[in-house]
Amino acid sequence: MRADKLIRWFLWGYLGLVFLFIFAPIVTSIIFSFNSDRFPTIPLGSFTWKWYQTIYNDPDVWDAAKTSVIVALSTSCLATFIGFCTAYTDFRYQFKGKNSYLVLALLPPTIPLIILALAMLAWFSKIGLSGQVWSIVIAHTVLCAPFAMAVIRLRLQQMDPDLESAAWNLGASEWSAMRYVIVPFAMPAIVSSMCLTMAVSFDEFAVAWFVSGLNKTIPVIILEILQGNIDPQINAIGTFVFVTSITLVILAQLIFMLRTPGSASNA
Amino acid sequence: MPSSDKKRLDYYALTWRLPVIVWQVLFFVGPLVFMIAMSFFLVKNYRMTEAFEMKNWVKMFGKDYFWDSYFLTLLLASMSTIVATCLAFPAAYGLAFKVSGNVRRWIVFLLIIPFFTSYLVRTFSWYVILAESGVVNNILGVIGLGPYTMLNTRFGTLVGYMTLTLPLVVILQTFSLANVDKNLIEAAQNLGASRVKVILQVIIPSAKVGLIIGAVFCFILSFGDFVAPYYLGGSKPPTLPILIIDTTKSGQQWPRAAVVAVMMMVTLMIVAFTAIKLAYSRKAYR
Repeated sequence: MRADKLIRWFLWGYLGLVFLFIFAPIVTSIIFSFNSDRFPTIPLGSFTWKWYQTIYNDPDVWDAAKTSVIVALSTSCLATFIGFCTAYTDFRYQFKGKNSYLVLALLPPTIPLIILALAMLAWFSKIGLSGQVWSIVIAHTVLCAPFAMAVIRLRLQQMDPDLESAAWNLGASEWSAMRYVIVPFAMPAIVSSMCLTMAVSFDEFAVAWFVSGLNKTIPVIILEILQGNIDPQINAIGTFVFVTSITLVILAQLIFMLRTPGSASNA
Repeated sequence: MPSSDKKRLDYYALTWRLPVIVWQVLFFVGPLVFMIAMSFFLVKNYRMTEAFEMKNWVKMFGKDYFWDSYFLTLLLASMSTIVATCLAFPAAYGLAFKVSGNVRRWIVFLLIIPFFTSYLVRTFSWYVILAESGVVNNILGVIGLGPYTMLNTRFGTLVGYMTLTLPLVVILQTFSLANVDKNLIEAAQNLGASRVKVILQVIIPSAKVGLIIGAVFCFILSFGDFVAPYYLGGSKPPTLPILIIDTTKSGQQWPRAAVVAVMMMVTLMIVAFTAIKLAYSRKAYR
């Protein structure tokens, strides 16, 4: 039918516009990161590495990168552990108060970051934890754990729930069943959850800005440059962060997709 | 199973449950509860002292600028929710009904990418694109239009909100539309319902829960975002999140910032509960 075809074309065109809107700012920032003009206008100036050189020679950026990497790595381990505990508990056990338990574990993403930022800033200074690298790690772990839980829970879903009891009945202790049955099965999800939470932590600015004190992360540096003047350095740092995060996300996705189908074979 | 085994198993299960409970109570519930308590504290000589006084609440509620910010934030977040829901629907409709599952998975994957690119950098890009001498006005200038002022307007703020929320809303809507029973749609078509009628009376009511959940997330994200209204909207007057930042960072008035934050949380809870009630109310089919 002609009308059907017309609608199909309209929907594809519309989807194209949505993608244009979503990717325009990402592409723009990459393009302008190589543009020689200080003020980003059209027509473009000439090709340059100058903004990358500026950030490469900036010790503050290096310090921030170091902090960011430490925070992201620690967060990914802690958040994945917490997420694994939640996912495994939800998958295997029924108990009184399970719903409240899950609400407690999964609620953080529904609270605006700015509120969590203020609450954590105040709480950390109350318990004597403020302004340290660890404060950012703890805060980011709270934010990231629900995502880790979701990824690992999705993977456990594909496992036969009786597999663990079978191992127990065959004489494996609980801990060795965990080590030789559950963890190997969940491994692809564990790895992709680590990549994912690392990417989230690497990008988060609101909470980090409030609790970091003098230990700035890369996004906090971006925020501070943004508060000053127009500075194409942002595009260079942004492109660098973009490439890092995208690599992590694609890695997470690939590991999860490659290992997930045919689940029995790699159990 | 002997009872000693059962007991051991219970302890084993508990070891996996406890870390999460301890962690969340210590670092998630603790901060929020403390923040609520803090809204009753006092600031004396630039130092916060623990107390239980209504002073901050009375002070904030008595200020016109607080209510200006409050209603502006409500208005902007509502606009954002309506615009995102409407803009996302045709895209989600296409993805749910007009493409194969494989293509859909790839497109959803592409839609996830923005979540992992710095929202700050994307906002800065919009600043460049929408500026008086920016990309959009340059292109419009070629065909003799403009220049238009887009920065420091509500339009600018909305562009920022859409950057933050649109991909998520499209994804959530796509999932809920893809789960609509295809037999239901075919039955309606066979009974002679027009395309529009099928969408309005079959698809939307069946996918209502997912559509509303998408809208709620959009509202929460927009309501709590300070980047778009600050850098693209000009922050005059400030929205509640900007008010929190100003009060905390420059004013050192943490208790008053806590009042604003608690008000935000209460508002969001009311919105979320109303929406969930609406989502599960049964009066969809006529």
